[in-house]
Amino acid sequence: MAHDVQHYNLDQKFDFTAATKKGLFTVLGIGAILLIIGIIMAIFGGGHAEAGAAEGHAFHWYQRLYANLWINNVYYTGIAIIGVFFFAIQYAAQAGWSAAIIRVMLSLGNWLPIAGVLMIVTFFVASHDLFHWTHASLFDKASADYDSIIDGKGAFFYWPMAKGTFPIFFVIRMVLFFGFWVFFFKKFQSLTYNEDLAGGTSSWYTIRSWSAYFLIFFAVSSSVAAWDWVMSIDTHWFSTLFGWYVFSSWFVAGLATMTLLILFLKGQGLLEMVNENHVHDLGKFIFGFTIFWTYLWFSQFLLIYYANIPEESVYFLERLSSDIYGPFIFVNLAMNFVLPFLLLMTRDSKRHGVFLKLVCLMIIAGHWVDFFLMVQPGTLGHNGGVGFMEVGMFLVYGAAFTFVVLSGLAKGKLVPKNHPMLEESYNHHI
Amino acid sequence: MERDTHFVTGVYEDEDVLLHAIKQVRSSGIQIHEVYSPYPVHGIDDYLGYKRSRLPIAAFLFGLLGTTLALTMQYYMMAFDWPMIIGGKDFGSLPTFIPVTFELTVLLASFGMVGVFMVSTDLKPWAQPRIFDLRITDDKHVMAIDIANNSAIELAKIEEILKSSGASEVNKKSFE
Repeated sequence: MAHDVQHYNLDQKFDFTAATKKGLFTVLGIGAILLIIGIIMAIFGGGHAEAGAAEGHAFHWYQRLYANLWINNVYYTGIAIIGVFFFAIQYAAQAGWSAAIIRVMLSLGNWLPIAGVLMIVTFFVASHDLFHWTHASLFDKASADYDSIIDGKGAFFYWPMAKGTFPIFFVIRMVLFFGFWVFFFKKFQSLTYNEDLAGGTSSWYTIRSWSAYFLIFFAVSSSVAAWDWVMSIDTHWFSTLFGWYVFSSWFVAGLATMTLLILFLKGQGLLEMVNENHVHDLGKFIFGFTIFWTYLWFSQFLLIYYANIPEESVYFLERLSSDIYGPFIFVNLAMNFVLPFLLLMTRDSKRHGVFLKLVCLMIIAGHWVDFFLMVQPGTLGHNGGVGFMEVGMFLVYGAAFTFVVLSGLAKGKLVPKNHPMLEESYNHHI
Repeated sequence: MERDTHFVTGVYEDEDVLLHAIKQVRSSGIQIHEVYSPYPVHGIDDYLGYKRSRLPIAAFLFGLLGTTLALTMQYYMMAFDWPMIIGGKDFGSLPTFIPVTFELTVLLASFGMVGVFMVSTDLKPWAQPRIFDLRITDDKHVMAIDIANNSAIELAKIEEILKSSGASEVNKKSFE
C-alpha cells in the first residue's frame, strides 16, 4: 500500500462533556426509579411468601436485591477485567492493528477498584442469602442440616480455619484477585502513559513482559473466580468447564463494550485514524467469540443432558423445568448466538457502525441474561425473575460503569503516540 | 471458447510502483487483463476495481444445505428408519444431533466453497495455465494487457504508457 504520510492529531483527549454526563445521569435516574419500584413491589408483593414458608425458608425481599447486586458485580467486573485482558493480548501477540485503540480497551479496567469494593461489601452483607455453603450447620455432623458433600468441599472455602466459621480462603482469593487485577491495570496504565514521554521501544517491551505475567495470572484467576463467585452458588453441582464458560461470556460482553466505546468516541470526532477496517476486526472478534461462547455453553449442556447423572442434570432441570427461567434459556441462546451469528455474518454488517452498535447492545443485554441464569435460580429459586428490579439494577450499574470508564479515559491522551506500531495501525487494511 | 492470444506485458519490480501504475494505466482508458504477482498484494483488488467475490454467499448456501441434510438424515435414521432407545432419550432428540449437524455444515460449506472457487476460476487439474512471465513465481509483478480488447488505443501508445508508469520492461507475449 502506498504509504502516504499521515497527519493525525496524536495529542487528542476525550472530553467528558456535560451533555454526555447528562445522558448517563438520565439512564442512572431511570434505572434508580425502576429499581425503587422493583423494591417496593418486592416488599409488598411478598414474592410467594406462603410457598416459601411451607418449605421452611421464609423469603425476604432483600434477597432479590442481593442477588441482583451479585449478578451485576460479577458481570461488570468481568467486562472491566476483559478490557485489561484484551490489552495484554495485543502486546503478547505483538499486534499492530490495534495500536491506536489499546487505551480504549485498557480504560474498561477503571471500574475494577470500585467493582472490588462492591463485591467484597456485597459478600459480607449478603453471604448467607447468596451462598448456601456459608451456613455453619452444614458442616456440623450433629446437626440435621449436615451435608456430607458440602462438608467435603468445605476446605475450598474455609481452609485453614474450621469449616463453617469464617471463609478465609474464599475471601483471601477474592482480595488477591482484585488486588492483582488492579495492580496490573495500574501498571499497564502508568507504562503506556510513560511511553508518551519516554518514546523509543523500551516501554513496549516492558509492557509485553508485564502482559505475559498478567495473562498467566489471569488464566488461573479467571477460572477460580468463576468457581468462587458463580459456581459455588449451586454448591452441590460442578462443571469442569465452568471457568471457561464464564470467561467466554465475559469476553464477548467485554468485546461488545469496547467496540461500542470506540464507536462512541469516533462519533465524537475522535480516533479518526480508526477506520472501518479496525471496526471490521472488532466485529469479527465479536462474531468469533459469540460462537466460542455457544460452543462452551452447548458442550456443558450436551454432556450433562446425554449422561443424565442426577447430580449434574439438576442444574439444567432447575432452569428448564421452571416457568420463570425456562423461557430465558431460549432468550439467552437467541440473543447470544442465533441473532448475532446471522446479523454479523456479512462483511458489511461488521463494517457499518450503526448495525454493529445495535448488535453490541443486544449482546451486552444478552450476556446479562446469561449471568442472570447462572445466579438467580440457585439463590432465589421460584422467587426470582426479570422484573423492574433486575432492569433497574442493570441500568444503574451500566451507567455507573460507563461514567467511571469515561472519566478515567478523559484523564489521559487517547492515542499512544509513541507506540512503535502506530503506523501499522493507520495502514491496517483487510 | 475463443481466447485472445496476443498480449502486452509490463514487468514491475516493486508493489508500490505497481499499485500506482495500475491506477495510471486504468485512468488512461486501457483495460487490464490481469496482474500477476509472486505474493498477495494488499489492496490490489480495489486498485483493479474488482467487485467483491460472491464466494461467501456460496459458502453460506452450502452450509445451509449441510445443516438441512444433517438434520433430516439423522432424524430419518433415528426416528423412522431404525428407532432405537439410546440413553433413555426421545427418538428424535435434537441436542444429540447437533455435533453431527455442526460437522456436516462445516464440511459442506468448506467443500462447496472450494468447489465453487475452482469452477469459477477455471482451476481444474487439466487446465493449461497461461504463464505470462516465468519470473512471476519469483520476484516480479507482471501486468498483462489484452491487445484485442484495447484496439481503440495504438499498440505503441500502450507500451509508452506502461513504460512511463514505472515498468522496468515491456514485452509482448503470444499464446498458441
